[in-house]
Amino acid sequence: MTKARHTHGVIRVAAPLAVLASLLFVLPRSGPWFHAWLPELSHPLYTRTSFGALTLAHLALVTIATLFAVAIGLGLGILATRPSGRSLLPTVRAVAVIGQTFPPVAVLAIAVPLLGFGAAPTLLALVLYGVLPVLGQTIAGLEHVPAATLHAADGMGYGRWRRLREVELPLAAGPIMAGVRLSAIVSVGTATIGSAVGATTLGSPIVEGLVGNNTAYVVQGALLVGALALSVDAVLGAIERRIRRG
Amino acid sequence: MMSRALPVFVLSAMALVAAACLPFLHVAPNRLLSGHAVSPLAWPLAAAWLAVIAVTAVRIPMQRVVVTATAWFGIAGLPWLAGAEAQRILSDASATTRVQPGAGFWLMWLAAALLLLDGLRGRRPAVQVAAWIVAGFTIVVLAAAGAFDGLSLVREWRAQRAPFAAAVAEHLRLAGTTLVLALLTGAPLGWWVWRRRRADGVVVGILAFLQTVPSLALFALLIGPFAWLARAWPALGTLGFGGTGAAPAVFALWLYALLPVVRYTAAGLDAVPADTRDAARGLGMSRTQLLMRVQLPLGWPVLLAGLRIVAVQTIGLAAVAALIGAGGLGRFVFLGIGQGATDMVLLGTLAIIVLALLVDFVFQAVLAWTERRA
Repeated sequence: MTKARHTHGVIRVAAPLAVLASLLFVLPRSGPWFHAWLPELSHPLYTRTSFGALTLAHLALVTIATLFAVAIGLGLGILATRPSGRSLLPTVRAVAVIGQTFPPVAVLAIAVPLLGFGAAPTLLALVLYGVLPVLGQTIAGLEHVPAATLHAADGMGYGRWRRLREVELPLAAGPIMAGVRLSAIVSVGTATIGSAVGATTLGSPIVEGLVGNNTAYVVQGALLVGALALSVDAVLGAIERRIRRG
Repeated sequence: MMSRALPVFVLSAMALVAAACLPFLHVAPNRLLSGHAVSPLAWPLAAAWLAVIAVTAVRIPMQRVVVTATAWFGIAGLPWLAGAEAQRILSDASATTRVQPGAGFWLMWLAAALLLLDGLRGRRPAVQVAAWIVAGFTIVVLAAAGAFDGLSLVREWRAQRAPFAAAVAEHLRLAGTTLVLALLTGAPLGWWVWRRRRADGVVVGILAFLQTVPSLALFALLIGPFAWLARAWPALGTLGFGGTGAAPAVFALWLYALLPVVRYTAAGLDAVPADTRDAARGLGMSRTQLLMRVQLPLGWPVLLAGLRIVAVQTIGLAAVAALIGAGGLGRFVFLGIGQGATDMVLLGTLAIIVLALLVDFVFQAVLAWTERRA
């Protein structure tokens, strides 16, 4: 039983990664196929930047943004649940809730006048938007630690920091990881749109294809970014399940 | 006392830094060039925020009321100040000059809004709603009186009034169609999932899988199939089923909206305890009667909460649909980005945000109303 579940879990992670890897291998060699499908296109294969480089750039942007988002979200979440920062909790929560109603496109568009075109506004938008799920889940997770557990830790003479580090954070790790996963997935999607403001990501073939009426570019970019999103989700999901199981 | 005042200190300090260090306004020679920063009121504004900090630090009577009132005046007053300063700058500048609010303005405005939110906490709901509505109304009155006419955002709106109104209507049509379709299909699907106890089944799995695919990719991938459909059945083409346009956009938005609708429908049906259902069945209610008379009234708030999330999410995602030619406010954003016209981007963006917040507010109001009645 557990072995079957384990195999199932491995497949759930390996399948999207395998799809991504095979796409990265096949797509650069797929020019003839796209030519056969869409003979009217003079350039049936996106070659301005290699697909591997685009994927790496996309992944780098998402990774950096998620690291920042986790640092800020976790820090604010911890701060707002400490006795000294408790009065900030309603305000922080309001920011997280109202912030979620801001569409990612809007956050991206606001970042452009501040930072100009390119990767910088995309990164800012990814961080700002990525903080919200981490923050929300950190607060939810820390609030859900049973009071009895906290009292037990206090009774055992744990200091504030030791209680946070050894009791509260481990118990809240599942929800926090769910927030990190959501943050990363939203970032993968927003980074795709970021190519519309000049960031080089897997969205670049899509946007260039849409502008230049080149369906082949669009399909190539969309397939890769779809596979990347599913891979990121699968890997982070596996980590989350492992944490929740303890 | 000290800890109660912490939010005020943090927010005022943020506003103080914004007033002193960030540009209040941007002045550009025309619509497309980027301008230079001007902060004509940096010191008075910084002094005002320092005063708020001081009032909070020393104990005076009615301290909280003073801070909340200041925040309220900030919400209405900051745009007025920006508008007045813009007029002053424009009075001796060329006709093409554009003045737009800078980062300092936006941050201070945000701080004022959060301060008001904090200050109103614990008051009666009627007082809270009244404070916000009066603030919004004041801004509308100021706008009607021409107080913001100097700001480039208003000028952009003046210049593009007709296309802007059309874009708003288009955006609402996209989101509305999606929402109705998602409710009509998602609610029965959710009922089926609930009946079969398939919350982790294939249907939900596929929908969750789709949720992960980036919106731009899904929109883009639908172009091919929809173009093929239009070629294969020309009748569909006359319905707007081209490769690009509203049809693939609504289809993709519908796919994204389905999962929350299904999940919240199932959760809403679960909101009625099993013994209540048994009791109703024991009273001789048919399954349909049970659904209509017991489960729907009791589970309605949960479904409504789900619809609220779906509506806000759809309004945001519909902006991306502009990239596949579906129109809407996203067209303003992306056209503006393409032309480097910041005002146009801002006009589209602000409209999307306001729409999302308004829809959120309406759903919350309906939710509060139904819960009160129940």
